[in-house]
Amino acid sequence: MLDDFMVRAALAGVGVALAAAPMGCFVVWRRMAYFGEATAHAAVLGVALALSFSLPILPAVIVAALAMSSAVTALRGRGYAMDTLLGVMAHSALAVGLVAVAMLSNVRLDLMAFLFGDILAVNRMDLATIWLGGLGVAGLILWRWSALILSTLNPDLARASGIDPRREEVWLTLALALMVAVAIKVVGVLLIAAMLVIPAAAARPLVRTPEAMAVTAAIIGALSALGGLYGAYWFDTPAGPSIVCGASLAFVVTTVVGSVVRR
Amino acid sequence: MTTPLIMTENLNVRLGGRTVLHDVSVRITPGEIVTIVGPNGSGKSTFLRTLIGAQPPTSGRVTRADGLRIGYVPQKLAIDASLPMTVHRFLGLPRRISGTKAREVLETAGAPGLKDQQMSQLSGGQFQRVLLARALLETPDLLLLDEATQGLDQPGSAAFYQQIEEVRQTLGCAVVMVSHDLHVVMAASDRVLCMNGHVCCEGTPEVVAEAPEYRALFGSGTKGALALYRHQHTHDHDHSHDHPTEHGHTH
Repeated sequence: MLDDFMVRAALAGVGVALAAAPMGCFVVWRRMAYFGEATAHAAVLGVALALSFSLPILPAVIVAALAMSSAVTALRGRGYAMDTLLGVMAHSALAVGLVAVAMLSNVRLDLMAFLFGDILAVNRMDLATIWLGGLGVAGLILWRWSALILSTLNPDLARASGIDPRREEVWLTLALALMVAVAIKVVGVLLIAAMLVIPAAAARPLVRTPEAMAVTAAIIGALSALGGLYGAYWFDTPAGPSIVCGASLAFVVTTVVGSVVRR
Repeated sequence: MTTPLIMTENLNVRLGGRTVLHDVSVRITPGEIVTIVGPNGSGKSTFLRTLIGAQPPTSGRVTRADGLRIGYVPQKLAIDASLPMTVHRFLGLPRRISGTKAREVLETAGAPGLKDQQMSQLSGGQFQRVLLARALLETPDLLLLDEATQGLDQPGSAAFYQQIEEVRQTLGCAVVMVSHDLHVVMAASDRVLCMNGHVCCEGTPEVVAEAPEYRALFGSGTKGALALYRHQHTHDHDHSHDHPTEHGHTH
């Protein structure tokens, strides 16, 4: 069964969607969309560094993503508005990464595969990485679930319940870095943030509790992955962007349905 | 002297190079209602955050009684519309609670029937009562309220403080609250701490209202309102109001 590249692609897409759903809810609740973007862009720099020093790519990507998210966290509240800071960091990381990749004249790298993903070329090893990494991300988030929600609502309320909101933030940052590493192959660095934000945002109008939002986001994400792949197959379009298009369509539908039902 | 629930000794807190609290020594004994008043930036909220352990002191000590259970109602809590949250789920953070328990605690906090509402659709007064309910879940020995009536109109905050008084009678917990609604709150307190980086005066509401330090901070205008409120409070509310109305205390 795993010999069919479409089956492997479908499993990879669904794996990423399931891992991204609970993480994506926190990205939406904490207004971290650009934070996710900056972390993902740092991955390009990680790839460049890994290639130039002949290191394995996956750990290098995780380290670069972690370095980026720690840098943003450390610089927060030092005189720049958050969106300015993230705008500088995200695009600098992307630009420096692209320049660094171009300077590696001895390495041939399919840059498009890193930017937009290459889900149709997923092999068994990639599949194992995606599912193990994805389980890691989802497990981390579900393990800290209530503490993270309370920290998101109000840090002082969390402290009064014996939860350290800064420690919870570290777990979230770690999960985000892992998520980036896992999702690169499927949607590429430019669209990772989309896989986090769009299914969660699409789930919002349909639900009344945080748990329902995570489950619904997972379903929408998985359907988008399958639908996007199907579309890519029939219309011969790039798979990663097609998956994101599927999620965007779901967002439009639930938003319209939500506003009609509320009225 | 009774053992205090919580006690600070020579507490100092510096934040960003500025001394926010200096030499604050306060004892809170079981069952009393203590109100902290003071101008903006006088360290009231920082003091409460030190009591719950959210703000480590720069020097000095905070001593809590063994097994002290603290209920905390924060200053403001904006729940982002992107976060779906029923009242029941909110009360069950971080530990889930049964529906029966949720109904019970909402009843105690004066917010019955809200269990399945969305947090984002509550009115200001309902929201504060849900926060109060959450603080009451673990049957606290000490209830801390940080400007809990911000954004409520005067009848709303008066009703809220009445609820606090009822809760104190039901649970027998001590209450420490920070407030700007001077006349309402002071009248309902056993003890008032007037704070401005340090405790500048303390005592019964009457004593503090007369203290020169308090008047230097707030002027003498609020004293009249305090007296007026006290006066009304001792009467039934259905009697005719023949008081002067220039203080604008309406029901």
